[in-house]
Amino acid sequence: MLLKRSTNRGYWWFLLPGLILFVLVIAIPFLMNIGTSFTHWQGVGTPKWAGLDNYARLFRDSTFWASFRNNLAMLVAMTIVPTLLGLLLAAVLYDYITNKFGSRTASFFRAAFYLPQILPVAIAGIVWAWILHPNYGALNGLLETLGLENLTRNWLGNRQTALPSVMVIMVWFQLGYPLVIFMAGLQRIDPEIYEAAVLDGADWFDRFRYITVHLIRPEIFVVLLTTTIASLKVFGQIYVLTRGGPGSSTLVPSYFAYQNFFEKANIGYGSAISTVMTVIIIALTIFFIRRQSAEEL
Amino acid sequence: MTSLPLKSSYKKPHKAGIGRFFVLAALLIALLVVLLPFAIVIINAFKTPEDYATYGPLSWPTEWSIDGIVEFWQRVDYSQKLLNSLLISASVAVIGVLLSLLNAFALGIGRIKGRIWLLILFMVANTLPQESLVYPLYYLSKEFDLYNTRFVVILIFSVIQSAFGTYLLSSVFSTFPKEMLEAAMLDGCNKLQLLFKIIVPVSRPTLAVLFTFFFIWTWNEFFLPLILLISNDRQTVPIAVGVLQGQRNMEATLSSASALLGILPCFIFFLIFQRTLTKGIAAGSVK
Repeated sequence: MLLKRSTNRGYWWFLLPGLILFVLVIAIPFLMNIGTSFTHWQGVGTPKWAGLDNYARLFRDSTFWASFRNNLAMLVAMTIVPTLLGLLLAAVLYDYITNKFGSRTASFFRAAFYLPQILPVAIAGIVWAWILHPNYGALNGLLETLGLENLTRNWLGNRQTALPSVMVIMVWFQLGYPLVIFMAGLQRIDPEIYEAAVLDGADWFDRFRYITVHLIRPEIFVVLLTTTIASLKVFGQIYVLTRGGPGSSTLVPSYFAYQNFFEKANIGYGSAISTVMTVIIIALTIFFIRRQSAEEL
Repeated sequence: MTSLPLKSSYKKPHKAGIGRFFVLAALLIALLVVLLPFAIVIINAFKTPEDYATYGPLSWPTEWSIDGIVEFWQRVDYSQKLLNSLLISASVAVIGVLLSLLNAFALGIGRIKGRIWLLILFMVANTLPQESLVYPLYYLSKEFDLYNTRFVVILIFSVIQSAFGTYLLSSVFSTFPKEMLEAAMLDGCNKLQLLFKIIVPVSRPTLAVLFTFFFIWTWNEFFLPLILLISNDRQTVPIAVGVLQGQRNMEATLSSASALLGILPCFIFFLIFQRTLTKGIAAGSVK
């Protein structure tokens, strides 16, 4: 055994550049952000110590809670709906289309549903901002062509429709990700399990419930974890589509923090918002990973 | 992705029936809904504003015009944006992979003391929301006269991406065959040679996947570049397109052209990288 402790010492040198840069770019800014969350600061001059003021204000701030509720809507649109739809689609493509129409057809569908995922979030937002535009957008144009003028509206500029519109866009954007991962997961399932189930008289839905969903649980975990975190971080689409408006009807915490940092110059308050979101995200990550390792044991 | 056929699943006797065509029809309708935005963007990017005003967004262009595309290209100096995006993404991909490699060499192969804690640290850094770093990064880059430079964006994303890369590569390296390492050491390899002559060649496929991920992720980034790059000649493609969207009085065809020009590079990368990506997505999901 050559790789014992005595020879291990030299490996520290290799970590040095990465660790120094990590401290400069991530650790120090992160700690600074926590630090400023305990202060009142306009971004110039000396920050004034404020104790827990910003956090107290946060818990009373109805705008923050509105942004948090909208974040839960994003969770539905980015995690729950795409995961469920993705499971169903993956099972249909793998267990039905592949058998009846061949694997080429199935891969074609997979690639097409994945297409929105290759776009930068901002570009995806722009595509839809334009389609939903009240004056020249394609959706209102389509409704007019079909003689449904009374259904046309300012989709993103109206309190009732802004959040649902953003949610539909997020489903469209996200769907390909769980689909591709679930289909990859299905590849490692032994086809004989399905054959045996068919012989035992299991119909398609039984096979879906008891075999497909059960066997790709690790993939479902990964998808739930990554998309939950992504939904808590969502920023680009909101920036491009609605800037949080109208009012605060599509405001999300990341955008709320951005407003406080760069529009209202409330650095302390912005830091408190982002610190709370960081704690939530890290706690969720730990929760998911513990659940996953508990399952694997 | 279409070029990779799925491993065929089990065969069972085909029942003749029209049920399967209902399923296919439902899938085709879903597909239409997913692809419709792309189709609308493409046909309207090639229309003249008059054509659009007369026939609306859903008609076929009466004549194919590239005026909108040319106008947008010149208005935002698109060549410069492409160059900025390429420079930033490619540099981050190279530096990010290199940093991940060095970190993972120490953690996965060297198994240095405290590696579990370091791995947890990298993993947590990987999940941090960018808004918790953005203001200090903005402030510090101003203090160090690095604000509004491509260099600082490259530096920041190299480190952020390498947090993920370190985590992934360390777990790959920890399964590296011990015999191979020992044989190399017996042959008198020093650590640097071990890394670049043995480990890098063997793990080239994983490094390629990382490179691809880093490139595309960085290309798609919005939040930090939006804040750190303010002058026109340094902005990236998503920022240029996204900021222009906020301006009023955009013509519909111009809007469409900007969306098309935003989509095209990603589509090209997708075609170039699809094999690596498909492999990578599959690899990532098994964990």
